[in-house]
Amino acid sequence: MLLNVTNIHKTYQAADGPFEVLRGVDLTLEAGETLALTGESGSGKSTLLHLIGGLDTPDQGMIMVDGRDIAALDDEGRAELRRGKVGVVFQQFNLIPSLKVADNIAFQARLGGRHEAGWTEVLADRMGLTPHLAKYPEQLSGGQQQRVAIARTLAPKPALVLADEPTGNLDETTAGTVMDLMLELVTEAGAGLLMVTHSETLAARMSRGLHLRAGRVA
Amino acid sequence: MNAKVLLLCLLPFEATAQGFAGLGTSAEGFAVPKPNPAFDFPADHGAHPEYRIEWWYLTANLTAGDGTPYGLQWTLFRSALAPEAGEGWTAPQLWMGHAAVTTPDEHFVTERLARGGIGQAGVTAEPFEAWIDDWSLQGDWQTLQMNATGPDFGYDMTLSAEGPLVFHGDNGFSVKSAQGQASYYYSQPFFSITGTLQLPAGDVQVTGNAWLDREWSSQPLSDDQTGWDWFSLSFDDGNKLMGFRLQQTDGNNYTSATWITPDGKTTAFPDGAFQATPLETHTTAGRDIPVRWQVQLPDKDIDVTVSAINPDAFMTTTVPYWEGPVTVTGSHDGIGYLEMTGYE
Amino acid sequence: MTGVTLQALLSHWWRNPLQLFTLLAGLALATALWSGVQAVNAEARASYDAAAATLGEGQFDRLQRRDGQPMDQQAFIDLRRAGWLVSPVVQGRFNGVRIIGIDLLTAPGSIGPVDLTGDVAIDAFLTGEGQLFANPEAAAQLPDLNVRISPETAPNTAVTDIGVAQRLLGKEGQIDSLIIAPNQPIGRPDLADIAPQLIRQQAQGGSDIGRLTDSFHLNLTAFGLLSFAVGIFIVNGAIGLAFEQRRPVVRTLRALGLPLRRLILLMGAELMLFALVAGAIGVALGYVIAALLLPDVAATLRGLYGADVAGNLQLRPVWWLSGLAIALGGTAIAASGALYGLSKMPLLAAAQPRALAMAAGRRAMIQGILAAMLIALSIVLMFTADGLIGGFALLGSLLIGAALALPLILDRVLAGASLTAKSVSAQWFWADTRQQLPGLSLALMALLLAMAANIGVSTMVSSFRLTFIDFLDQRLASELYVSTENASQTADLLAFAAPRVDEILPIQNADTEVAGQPTQVFGADDNRTYRENWTFLQSTADPWDTTFAGDSIVINEQLARRSALSISDTVTLQDTTFTIAGIYGDYGNPIGQAVISEAQFQRLYPDIAPTRFGLRMDPDAVADFVAAMEAEAGIPASQTINQAGIKAISLQVFERTFTVTTALNILTLAVAGFAILMSLLTLATMRIPQLAPAWAVGMTRRKLGQLELLRAVLLAVLTAIVALPLGLALAWALLAVVNVAAFGWKLPMFLFPFDYARLGLFALFAAALAAAWPAIRLSRTPPADLLKVFSNER
Repeated sequence: MLLNVTNIHKTYQAADGPFEVLRGVDLTLEAGETLALTGESGSGKSTLLHLIGGLDTPDQGMIMVDGRDIAALDDEGRAELRRGKVGVVFQQFNLIPSLKVADNIAFQARLGGRHEAGWTEVLADRMGLTPHLAKYPEQLSGGQQQRVAIARTLAPKPALVLADEPTGNLDETTAGTVMDLMLELVTEAGAGLLMVTHSETLAARMSRGLHLRAGRVA
Repeated sequence: MNAKVLLLCLLPFEATAQGFAGLGTSAEGFAVPKPNPAFDFPADHGAHPEYRIEWWYLTANLTAGDGTPYGLQWTLFRSALAPEAGEGWTAPQLWMGHAAVTTPDEHFVTERLARGGIGQAGVTAEPFEAWIDDWSLQGDWQTLQMNATGPDFGYDMTLSAEGPLVFHGDNGFSVKSAQGQASYYYSQPFFSITGTLQLPAGDVQVTGNAWLDREWSSQPLSDDQTGWDWFSLSFDDGNKLMGFRLQQTDGNNYTSATWITPDGKTTAFPDGAFQATPLETHTTAGRDIPVRWQVQLPDKDIDVTVSAINPDAFMTTTVPYWEGPVTVTGSHDGIGYLEMTGYE
Repeated sequence: MTGVTLQALLSHWWRNPLQLFTLLAGLALATALWSGVQAVNAEARASYDAAAATLGEGQFDRLQRRDGQPMDQQAFIDLRRAGWLVSPVVQGRFNGVRIIGIDLLTAPGSIGPVDLTGDVAIDAFLTGEGQLFANPEAAAQLPDLNVRISPETAPNTAVTDIGVAQRLLGKEGQIDSLIIAPNQPIGRPDLADIAPQLIRQQAQGGSDIGRLTDSFHLNLTAFGLLSFAVGIFIVNGAIGLAFEQRRPVVRTLRALGLPLRRLILLMGAELMLFALVAGAIGVALGYVIAALLLPDVAATLRGLYGADVAGNLQLRPVWWLSGLAIALGGTAIAASGALYGLSKMPLLAAAQPRALAMAAGRRAMIQGILAAMLIALSIVLMFTADGLIGGFALLGSLLIGAALALPLILDRVLAGASLTAKSVSAQWFWADTRQQLPGLSLALMALLLAMAANIGVSTMVSSFRLTFIDFLDQRLASELYVSTENASQTADLLAFAAPRVDEILPIQNADTEVAGQPTQVFGADDNRTYRENWTFLQSTADPWDTTFAGDSIVINEQLARRSALSISDTVTLQDTTFTIAGIYGDYGNPIGQAVISEAQFQRLYPDIAPTRFGLRMDPDAVADFVAAMEAEAGIPASQTINQAGIKAISLQVFERTFTVTTALNILTLAVAGFAILMSLLTLATMRIPQLAPAWAVGMTRRKLGQLELLRAVLLAVLTAIVALPLGLALAWALLAVVNVAAFGWKLPMFLFPFDYARLGLFALFAAALAAAWPAIRLSRTPPADLLKVFSNER
């Protein structure tokens, strides 16, 4: 099993006292499977995604990625996870503004020592980014920037791709194109995809769906 | 380089190898010792400015009431830049005083420098006084008063002669090399000495025997000689032995010795008769220095081991050398003093 | 991993060269300011030390005759033979060069910077062939002598054997002073038993130029300290902003899998590299500053104190290293805080806004407590500090406390102002200014310190000048001073001068001890000159009346402080007791001084006849009088000192001191202005989201730009208002605490409101200049950029 999440709890300090975002969530994901995570604002879906990506640590529970409990890893171990096994696509792209598109695409793979020039070229080509490789992110449109971010995430060939509202900042047409490309590439690679989304349309295109309500699976 | 160090490196003081290797070997207008000297006392107890170098060199083996052995040194060196006495600041005579007290585990050293011609240091023959600053050695050679002070020690001693003067080599003409370099050299080895040592731990009353050397020359060593080992030994049977070994650059040594009977009769031994062989070295002041010796004079059945009482008796003066009291064991037992120069 | 991370980190600077420039320039300027001041200081001190070391001044105690006259050479022999390790020195002027004769054999080890290596014949030096050692300039002054060039010799000085010096100076058989070796043998007799005519001068106290020169160095050191504080704030600001700008990138890098530790290590290394580069640039820049200032500094010292300072700068490794160390150390201090913040920064942005706000609030509270504690400490020290360390602790706690308090004070002032705002736009202006404060606070602290330093140091220097000129008027009241060489010349002078001048004031003094302190006692005749010109720090109603009547004495401040004497205490000279009627300032004098009536002086010191005379006359008649005296009485002009000439030289020297101080002032302000510019430029991009709503509701970009400028000037004004009392407190601490601790006299403090006003204008100008460019940029921001704020919340 690629991903096995059991009984996850997470509490934040909010302005008016502690707030329990996640109250015992379980989920599983097999390789090649795509899972849509939906729920209202504040239902804890982004938090769950961040925990699985090792960007934060749960208060309680177990997150097994490819047989390893990442909740037990230190910062170094979680960083290593993000360099190879798990890739995250953010709503806000999070490109490095001072690097050219080509360098941005290759960045994460290089960081993890998993860079393959041929694969990066294929990704750029499939994403339609080849004419833009020498440009800086700020010279691209939002849809192009998100394609750069997806290519960057896929370049190290992660086993698990996490996407947090990847098309949330894009118009509907662009979002559709970007989504098509991402699903296509993830499926080809046989990776698992866990995507947080508001959109019922997008959720319907995934192999499974999971709805969160008030920190629990509904 | 500090000007003063350089200055002293250039000066022909007896204890420095550089001195011997440098100016010490040429005579340049200075008088030169001649064989068959006729000494004239008390005038010859005084200074001989026409010779390049000269010293009044006293060492003493002392014992305190509790039996602790001490060594004591009082030395005044004269070194001339030109063969004349001179007056005022331009007088070419330079003076250096060394004083030391050696205990079994401590060694106190101090040094004074002065120019002749202004009254700060000098030697007069009649009445006899050798002085530098507040240090002096004075009296009629039957009885002498002696004192010295340093930052951490001082002493005040009375000496009385209990035997005659003895003359080394050929009636006081002491040959130092195969090339014929020589000095005038006589001693008073029969002083009894008594007085007070002022040490950091307090005053100590001591008594013992002292040996006063007088030597002057203008070219005491040859070019290939780099230093020396000098022994003055007093055996328990009353006989005494003065012997030295001059180190040569070719690894050989030139030796000379004087055997002194209790009544002051002397026998001089030529090169080779006296032998001194290092047995053990000790590292002090960054140098390896022999502190145990085998000393042999087969003609007198002498085969003894000479051991430093304090192996660290190194003179950390501007011109450094080792000088300290020793014990003698073997064919004969006794005490004495050892001086070693030329160990770099 | 390292390579690709470095690429990402460094590419930031490549894409944002302005940020790189401000960071490097901030670091370089701070280093330059520090190393420039240090270079001037080190150079002056090194030259001065060489001069002092030549004579063993400052290092060794010395023996001199009580009357200051040369002693007989026999005194040297007597002392040596008694066990005192002393070494003779003869000195004097020959062709204007200071000739120093020493005895190499008895001189303490470190004396005499003459390098006698090479082909120098030692025996020739010792036996009177007349060798002297001097640097090339001094050698040129001694054409007929056997001078060897030795660049290490102090300026305008020649060192030679004592015998040669005695001959050259006509002092055969005489010695001016004896240096006392530090390590003396045991059991020496008392000095009084062997040489009662000699008096022991303590090390450092023996030199007349040393103390005043030190006071000038202290000025510079204080300035160096202040510039250091300013520099540290600027470095801190530059680095803090550099980190602030890169926060989003840091988050991205970590999200992509870069371990935190590696990131911190690499960013630290990157900063150290920058610090090294900027430090090197800064040191080079400091060198230029120092080289430009040094001729003036050298002239200042030479003219004011008679200390010879070589007028060229050498690249000394000490300040090279100290400059780099400051750059690296300052960066390390600043970076460690920033890196710590980075390590504690949550990986996910804005996850805990409340927690962050609480942390900021806590930080402000800690800063407030720290500031209050430091200021309280400085207030305690103001009343209790009486040593140099206490003085500097006072300066440090005052400066840092005030700097830390500044943002809090400004925040309160702005909060108060926003309450009084009537219009909505005014309210927005105050609130927005307050919001800007954290980003600008480091730059404002730098401005505060720069201004306070300027006020403090210029108040000190100006007070020094006023006091000193006043002092010259007091001490050089007579229009002309003449010294005579012997009794017959004295008679000639008196006969010649009596009918031609208004008054003749004989000057006679004896060196003695008063209340255990070495003191020069002067005998003075009842004369208007004293009554009119001397000012007292403390006195009875009629100090001169009782003094001239023979009952009382007036003493200098040094003697009063060291022996804890005050008005109406008594002192005894020989068998006579005097009541202290007055205490006067005596700036630059290392030893005690006292004045009694001439009658008493004659009675107590019958052997001392006056050899110096002050002549009161019409200042315009001085030149003619000197010419006539030379022609008719045979007393050469070289034996006279023209008071007007001395004053002119002193004033000229002060002008130079001001040049140096002003240059440093302007530089410090420029650096602070640069810090403001840097902060505003960095804040500009972050400001757009804050300004866009104001624009959207109808404020023009032009108006926004004007308000930005106004805001900077307003903050500068508020800072200046805080800086004024701080600067004055600083000046007071320098004059009344540090100076007393260092030299034994207190300088009166004068205020210079016009100077402060001018300085305030300069500061406003600097702030306006710094704000101008960001404001212009803002007023030209394309509307599209402002619109973006609404379309995409970044």
